[in-house]
Amino acid sequence: MTTDSVTTPAIEDDVNLTTGEVFPERPTGHPVMQLTDVAVAFAGRTAVRDVTFDVHDREITALIGPSGSGKTTLLRALNRMHDTVRSARVTGTIMLGDTDVYATSTDPTLLRSRVGMVFQRPNPFPTMSIYENAVAGLRFNGVRKKPLLDEAAESSLVAAALWDSVKDRLKAHASTLSGGEQQRLCIARALAVEPEVLLMDEPTSALDPIATKRIEELIGELKNRVTIIIVTHNMQQAMRVSDRCAFLLMGEDKAGELIEFDATAKLFSEPDDARTLDYVNGRFG
Amino acid sequence: MSVLTFDPSGDPILERRRQIQSIAQASLGRRKASSAVALGICWVFLVLAIIPLVAVIVYTFAKGIVAWNATFFTQVTKPEGIPDGGVANALVGTVIIGAVATAVTIPLGLLGGLFLAESDGRVAAGIRFTADLMTGVPSILMGIFGYIALVKAFGYSGLIGAFAIGMIMLPIIMRACETAIRGVPGHLNEAGLALGARRFMIARRVILPAALPGIITGVLLAIARGVGETAPLLFTIFGNQYMQWNPTKPMDALPLVIYNNSSQPYPDLLQIAWGAALLLMAMVLVLSIGSRIVAARLQRERR
Repeated sequence: MTTDSVTTPAIEDDVNLTTGEVFPERPTGHPVMQLTDVAVAFAGRTAVRDVTFDVHDREITALIGPSGSGKTTLLRALNRMHDTVRSARVTGTIMLGDTDVYATSTDPTLLRSRVGMVFQRPNPFPTMSIYENAVAGLRFNGVRKKPLLDEAAESSLVAAALWDSVKDRLKAHASTLSGGEQQRLCIARALAVEPEVLLMDEPTSALDPIATKRIEELIGELKNRVTIIIVTHNMQQAMRVSDRCAFLLMGEDKAGELIEFDATAKLFSEPDDARTLDYVNGRFG
Repeated sequence: MSVLTFDPSGDPILERRRQIQSIAQASLGRRKASSAVALGICWVFLVLAIIPLVAVIVYTFAKGIVAWNATFFTQVTKPEGIPDGGVANALVGTVIIGAVATAVTIPLGLLGGLFLAESDGRVAAGIRFTADLMTGVPSILMGIFGYIALVKAFGYSGLIGAFAIGMIMLPIIMRACETAIRGVPGHLNEAGLALGARRFMIARRVILPAALPGIITGVLLAIARGVGETAPLLFTIFGNQYMQWNPTKPMDALPLVIYNNSSQPYPDLLQIAWGAALLLMAMVLVLSIGSRIVAARLQRERR
């Protein structure tokens, strides 16, 4: 697991021309999330195990692997979504900065405001307007000041490349948007809370190729703002969008395990493990 | 809280993140408190809602269980003053009337429900509306209808009671079947169509088996509702203090025994009424629990 094989070009001050927000240069690449021996079991049956890797600040980390390798299960462990499943047990250590994600002193709702999530299918709240959807997370977290809500709504809708098409109809229902737009609204909704990490669970699997392309471009642009971990079925997508890649595979006992974690360029060209090579060359899965 | 090791000032995103996180942190106590209060209110109302239900069950059990002895189940109803009375005639009447009503309403309700689920036409809408209306009609109207339309022509009989009870059960079964059938994913229907199957064949081989757990639950709940009805029987089966197995003759039934005996001043008749009430409650309970078990087992086998 080498980290120095990724060369991130120096980021210069970046200006968002719509909002006028300036993103100054800041150091990058230090770990934001650290996973150590993470395993998830349902009713005693291990679904994924032996996962150890670091997620680096403002990089895009992709989880790839065939069906049943535990990608989504692992992803949902990172913001404690398995808490709602009675039979689920997460073991190992997941650190978000200095916070132990599974410590009893860690409040899951506060944690989830720091680790956002975008799901496979667009799931905007059907009874809320576009604006209300965008600020829903903030309101859930106790933000009531109108200026802050407005600012966050605009900033996140701009970041999700949705602002120009919805700025004149913010009061319209979210269901009036197309599927791709709805998914971008869901991304905006997650971004508005300004999470440190954004989890994306196959965010384009329910979208057509053009909408997929726009989301992929968006993911690249969001790097300035948030660290992204994305689960994808699509190896080309992982190659296009990610900086680092974790390859998972189902073991003999039907439990997924981490086979290899490396810089995407290396994992796809000269992986250390023969199974990774077979998979990225499309010989199975 | 933040993991950053450098000065974040000047970066709007980081500043806003810090602002939002501090608001979230500061309001956490208030949010947890309001969540706890809401949960507490839910519990209070849950308990308030359950108290009368539990009270009815406990009271009926306490009063009724003393009436349960051997003669209660083997002897027919006796007038006041004659010892060792029972409810055997009423039990037989309830079971036969319930069985006849069920046997007639299941095919009608099932096919009607299938029609409602498969058709979006005006006829279906009209039938659906009528069925909904019928579930809301006071059950005594069914009894009066049975009396005017049938009793006057044919005399009192268990069959007319079964007819009145069936009128209560039919819309319930029909709507339950419709809901269960509509719950079957549409792509199964399409998969059948794409194999060249006719609609009725798909319904019989694919849709109805898939909807079976819901259908069984609906039917059993309708039976439970039907056997507990008193008003439809009042004007139709007349009551009968002798054992009567022939449903074309006047019969007795448990709800009728409860109704008649509970207005009597005599303790032994009142006790029979409590016993009959407990018996009826037990039958309904067994049917309800049975329907849950059957449905759950069918669901489990599918997996």
